[in-house]
Amino acid sequence: MTSTLDEPAAPAGPPGIDPATLHRPEGSVDVPIQIALYRQMVRMRKFETRAYDLFMENLVKGTSHLSLGQEAIAAAFGEAMEEGDYTFATYRGHAHTLARGTSMTGVMGELLGRSCGVLSGKGGSMHLTDVQRGVMGSYAIVGAHLTIALGAAWSAQYKGERRVAVAFFGDGTTNIGAFHESLNLAAVWKLPVVFVCENNMYMEYTPISAVTAVANPAADRASAYGLDSILVDGNDADAMYLTARDALDRARNGGGPSLIEARTYRSSGHSRADPGKYRPDAEVAAWKAYDPIVLYRSRLVARGVSEADLDAIEEMADGDVETATVNAKASPAPGADVLMRDVWADGGSSWRN
Amino acid sequence: MAQLTYRDAVARAITQEMEHDPNVVFLGEDVGGAGGVFKATVGLLERFGPERVRDTPISEQAILGAAMGAAMTGLRPIAEIMFADFFAVCWDLVANQIAKSSYMTAGQVSFPLVIRSGNGGGLRFGAQHSQSVENWAMAVPGLKVVAPSNPTDVIGLFAAAVRDPDPVMFFEHKGLYSSKGEVRDGEIVDRLGSAKVLRTGGDATIVALAAMVPRAVAAAETLAERGIEAGVIDVRSLVPLDTQTILREVSATGRLFTVEENPRLCGWGAELVSIVAEECFNYLDGPPLRITTPHIPLPSADALEDMAIPSIERIVTTIERAMQS
Repeated sequence: MTSTLDEPAAPAGPPGIDPATLHRPEGSVDVPIQIALYRQMVRMRKFETRAYDLFMENLVKGTSHLSLGQEAIAAAFGEAMEEGDYTFATYRGHAHTLARGTSMTGVMGELLGRSCGVLSGKGGSMHLTDVQRGVMGSYAIVGAHLTIALGAAWSAQYKGERRVAVAFFGDGTTNIGAFHESLNLAAVWKLPVVFVCENNMYMEYTPISAVTAVANPAADRASAYGLDSILVDGNDADAMYLTARDALDRARNGGGPSLIEARTYRSSGHSRADPGKYRPDAEVAAWKAYDPIVLYRSRLVARGVSEADLDAIEEMADGDVETATVNAKASPAPGADVLMRDVWADGGSSWRN
Repeated sequence: MAQLTYRDAVARAITQEMEHDPNVVFLGEDVGGAGGVFKATVGLLERFGPERVRDTPISEQAILGAAMGAAMTGLRPIAEIMFADFFAVCWDLVANQIAKSSYMTAGQVSFPLVIRSGNGGGLRFGAQHSQSVENWAMAVPGLKVVAPSNPTDVIGLFAAAVRDPDPVMFFEHKGLYSSKGEVRDGEIVDRLGSAKVLRTGGDATIVALAAMVPRAVAAAETLAERGIEAGVIDVRSLVPLDTQTILREVSATGRLFTVEENPRLCGWGAELVSIVAEECFNYLDGPPLRITTPHIPLPSADALEDMAIPSIERIVTTIERAMQS
């Protein structure tokens, strides 16, 4: 199946961004991969929406940061990465964790603080980790995990493994020292690592443009480290997938690190506590019209994928989210037996004899 | 058997462990080509090559992050933070990431890594290059904390740290690098969490760490000449802490004196005094007493620094006075 000329006119591009500045990766995405990308995005959207509902019911305690509106980036990497590659996510990492195949019940259980959680309730929403699937952790202090991804990449390089480490982070991260230390060392050591900036336009509550010296917080810094400047439409799952594949190939083949800035929009607030009222209505509306899942669905339909097939994907995702919710709610709270465990590798927490 | 400096013991320890395990790698600022600013890593680059001995930029966060990421994916990295004071610029990696991730992930990951660093004063470097910060590390659950006082312990405890499955903060004392000791030939591997009784004495127990150990021993010798028999324990490892050895000795003498280079508040000795007070109070013949640096930043001038850090004389007079009262 190939693209046809009667495809509807592609949306102009991400609102407020000069299309000429966007990276246009070469190649096209096959339909089976497109369907997989759609499935990934739908699962993320439905999961995050349910997570939000569960906050409102006070079943999710503490805080949580949703990827609503940003799904194309995590989905694209989830499909493009290979088994054995390493994911390093942020506290906004539900989607990136699900993208590697982690059980939805495990993630939902962790949000609810239940025994079935992937971390037995000891990490919570901001620290999702699933080492078996290459999810090497979600990190809640801005910038740190970029340096940690260096180490995983170094380890792969040292051992001659063809693994790539991918670190996802927000636009706010580009102004912390660890970002710059990481890019420099990755470039100097030519490490197999891909840095993915999800520029959703806001560092927490403040517009990134108000606190950054350059227009494109990641892409405009790339040249300082001898890297290509890559600004990509983060709401276009195909562009993201092709860009991800190129960067992963390059890293895997010894070509060193890449820095990708994906332009996107956080359609909810920064965290549970934030309604996001500081954002202009027109901006919110423009990005709502540029929703990655809505866009992608019409693109797939235009390529000949049936509405029924896409509906089936949605229904299956609904079912998975419902099952995860039921499982998580039914799972008991973690008991005292886990409280004192796992400080040390031997499973214990003793600090004295 | 050979006379070895503390500095040479560091290089021998790293060599021993890199030969023992090909997954041991070493990174830090000036550690390779330059052989370390304290010349404690001379010859390692030539011996093991640039793949295993990596010079880094001045990027302490990247150094520790790289060590952490490498440790969680199968290597056993040794990272150097040149001066322990520099932990202040990369403490996120130490306290938030390396220390907590095993617990937070319910044991999915572990961190077999060693962070070695030049700690302590006496070299007239001033307040930002002289601190004893082992109590910073001791306050964070998830870190093991070691500080050797002599060349043999440098090798043995370092080997134990590298082979340990958990993160170990290895505090080398800058003031001890040129000190010498007899070191036996062959592989040396010690055990973390074991204090060492260096001297026994029935009147009092002095517990010391790192550079305070030789001072405590010298003080005990002077005290013996004045009729006070004081035993000396080298704590060696703050986490895990060998409380059994210390409680046993203190119960026997009835008096505890700690000698700490750190500023007064929340030093390791405070924890020790609390343990002793809780667990062998009835054996005490007098109040436990801490001999520490005052709660001030360390000054630079030799005259001032010498007044600040516990001296042999201060240890002697403090204990003598306490024992007489």
